[in-house]
Amino acid sequence: MQINDSIEGLELVYQRPATLTDTPFHYCPGCGHGVAHKLLMEVVEEMGIQENTIGVAPVGCSVFAYHYMNIDMQEAAHGRASAVATGIKRVLPDKFVFSYQGDGDLAAIGTAETIHTVNRGENILIVFINNGIYGMTGGQMAPTTLIGQITSTSPYGRDEKLIGYPLKITDMIAILPGAFYVTRQSVNTAGNVRKLKKAFQKSFEFQKLNKGTCFIEVVSNCPSGWGMTPVEANKWMEENMFPYYPLGDLKVPRTEKEKGSNNA
Amino acid sequence: MIRGTVHFKIEICKGCELCIVACPQESLGLSNKINLQGYRFAELIKDNCTGCINCALVCPDAAITVYREPKSALRKSGKEAVEVK
Ligand SMILES: Cc1ncc(C[n+]2csc(CCOP(=O)(O)OP(=O)(O)O)c2C)c(N)n1
Ligand code: SF4
Ligand code: SF4
Repeated sequence: MQINDSIEGLELVYQRPATLTDTPFHYCPGCGHGVAHKLLMEVVEEMGIQENTIGVAPVGCSVFAYHYMNIDMQEAAHGRASAVATGIKRVLPDKFVFSYQGDGDLAAIGTAETIHTVNRGENILIVFINNGIYGMTGGQMAPTTLIGQITSTSPYGRDEKLIGYPLKITDMIAILPGAFYVTRQSVNTAGNVRKLKKAFQKSFEFQKLNKGTCFIEVVSNCPSGWGMTPVEANKWMEENMFPYYPLGDLKVPRTEKEKGSNNA
Repeated sequence: MIRGTVHFKIEICKGCELCIVACPQESLGLSNKINLQGYRFAELIKDNCTGCINCALVCPDAAITVYREPKSALRKSGKEAVEVK
């Protein structure tokens, strides 16, 4: 059958953001890193802040984020992205600054930097991609790996008696006074993609107002590390990751009205 | 029904099929051809795309461009009562 894909009489309603370079992502098919990159850059494009945004790339699969995001970027040593972002923001307070980090980067080797950055209330956005595994190095167990989850270093499944429980670092972050906006979102459906984009938008708006640290966890997939097809991986994520890492806001700014009633 | 269509940047598509499962119209499928990366790429297989952009939103490789009938055209053809979500 001949399919009619003519655009005559139609208008453009969606296209790849111009703030992404033309370099194809090196990510595995279906990897959530791509969706997160794309949304971040859509927001940068729509807010017209391409010239004024500085990103900090991690060590992990997204180590080459600076090849894809067409903005100024700095690579950080493993786990140190939020510390590097702190330095950049303090020297250039008028720039929008974000770090982009995986769970191995942010919640394992970078735990100290992450917690202290948020505790200081640094006026940056931290994007935390939680795929429950070390993707880049071959699918080893991460602090966020679920109980019973099989990885290359937990071949019999994560045993909490031996290894401890999966770390809900976002919940820990949310109780720190320096955290202004903390939310957990995902990339699996069109609806969730829209919500994640909204969270990115809000975070940059808050940063403009010097509100403090915005922290966005993105519950994501790693089809290669999990040994699944992308479609299976998203289903597994919905059934296993979402119950343990429920989506939604963990800390939202109080409205002026709420503040008033608390003081009274 | 509102008419829309999608164009794929086939050379950067990785055939992950996430757009295919995201499409409420079941308009998409994988081609039998492969691209230079070696992946079967996504393509339009039916003429019923409404331009809802769901596929483009979930595509991890930002490979999809979406077009849709403009609202003004809908008004002219009396189709405006159709709800676009
Ligand atoms: C100091 C140091 N220790 C260890 C490594 C090895 N290493 C590279 S990436 C990585 C973990 C990446 O996992 P994650 O942050 O979850 O990102 P993903 O690859 O899953 O996106 C590790 C341990 C390194 N590069 N540097
Ligand atoms: S190994 Fe996992 S996290 Fe890394 S690019 Fe592949 S799917 Fe994504
Ligand atoms: S979601 Fe994107 S990369 Fe995946 S099959 Fe569809 S067009 Fe290709």
